[in-house]
Amino acid sequence: MRDFFAMGGYAEYVWPAFAITAIVMIWLAASSRRMVSTAQRRLDALQAARPHRRKKEPRP
Amino acid sequence: MHRFANPARFMRLSGKVLPWAGAVTVLLLGFGLYLALFVAPPDYQQGETVRIMFIHVPAAWMAMLTYAIMALASAVALIWKHPLADLAAKSCAPIGAGFTLIALVTGSLWGEPMWGTWWVWDARLTSVLILLFLYLGYIALWRAIDDPQKAARAAAILALVGAVNLPIIKFSVNWWNTLHQPASVIKIGGPSIDSSMLWPLIIMALGFHAYLVTLMLWRLRAEVMTRKIRVLQLAQAQESRSQEGGAQESGMEAAS
Repeated sequence: MRDFFAMGGYAEYVWPAFAITAIVMIWLAASSRRMVSTAQRRLDALQAARPHRRKKEPRP
Repeated sequence: MHRFANPARFMRLSGKVLPWAGAVTVLLLGFGLYLALFVAPPDYQQGETVRIMFIHVPAAWMAMLTYAIMALASAVALIWKHPLADLAAKSCAPIGAGFTLIALVTGSLWGEPMWGTWWVWDARLTSVLILLFLYLGYIALWRAIDDPQKAARAAAILALVGAVNLPIIKFSVNWWNTLHQPASVIKIGGPSIDSSMLWPLIIMALGFHAYLVTLMLWRLRAEVMTRKIRVLQLAQAQESRSQEGGAQESGMEAAS
């Protein structure tokens, strides 16, 4: 196990590379997901405020 | 092609595809990480640092692929005025910038132990740095212009002009004498790396592709909804203005 984390003496290069990749990719995914839920919430609120225009439309 | 241009149809289709795309992404990246960290052997020359390849190479491929998609969508938006194309291009940019950043940082972390330097101004590294600036410029242009139609047009032109950089990145290692090694996977005569390393690389690359599809669909859905919100808000503002006008008129009638 210790061998694994040591990465043959290159731990200081290998682990930061994987960590930074994970941080960037997870952050991008989370912020994209947040964009969707924010837009969905605002759209639902707007459509609920004007029910006379559109009767029960399936959510986009 | 135009059957998918309909935003309502896109929302319906993407809603069905997304859960699968997300699941495939997690599975492939999880399996790929396992192969890259536990199964793939250390390189006989590069030792354990070769594991950086399993994220560096897919990220670099995706950085270019995402730009190619962005440029293509921009061309479609400019030429055919496809109603989703400019939003699709806009959705690509932050994802592509992320991939480019990963490729640059992991390359630097690989370069220091293997080449003895974090950075050199050679053709490959410099052209990828320019790719990052193109993505950032594209994002900045969208933000700088208030009118969405004008912003889309300006950004599309930037994306198309910047596409010149793609063949420069791809062939930089052949055209110039660079420190970066030439292609060893996508080349004439087939890949020259051992299958024990090729397979983890392929799985990781597929995982990165699935990740791109998932994030693009999310972002494009958000963009379509945001555009609809803008239309609804405009209609609402006009409605309340005409109601106000009507109320004032009737008030005046009552007063006279």
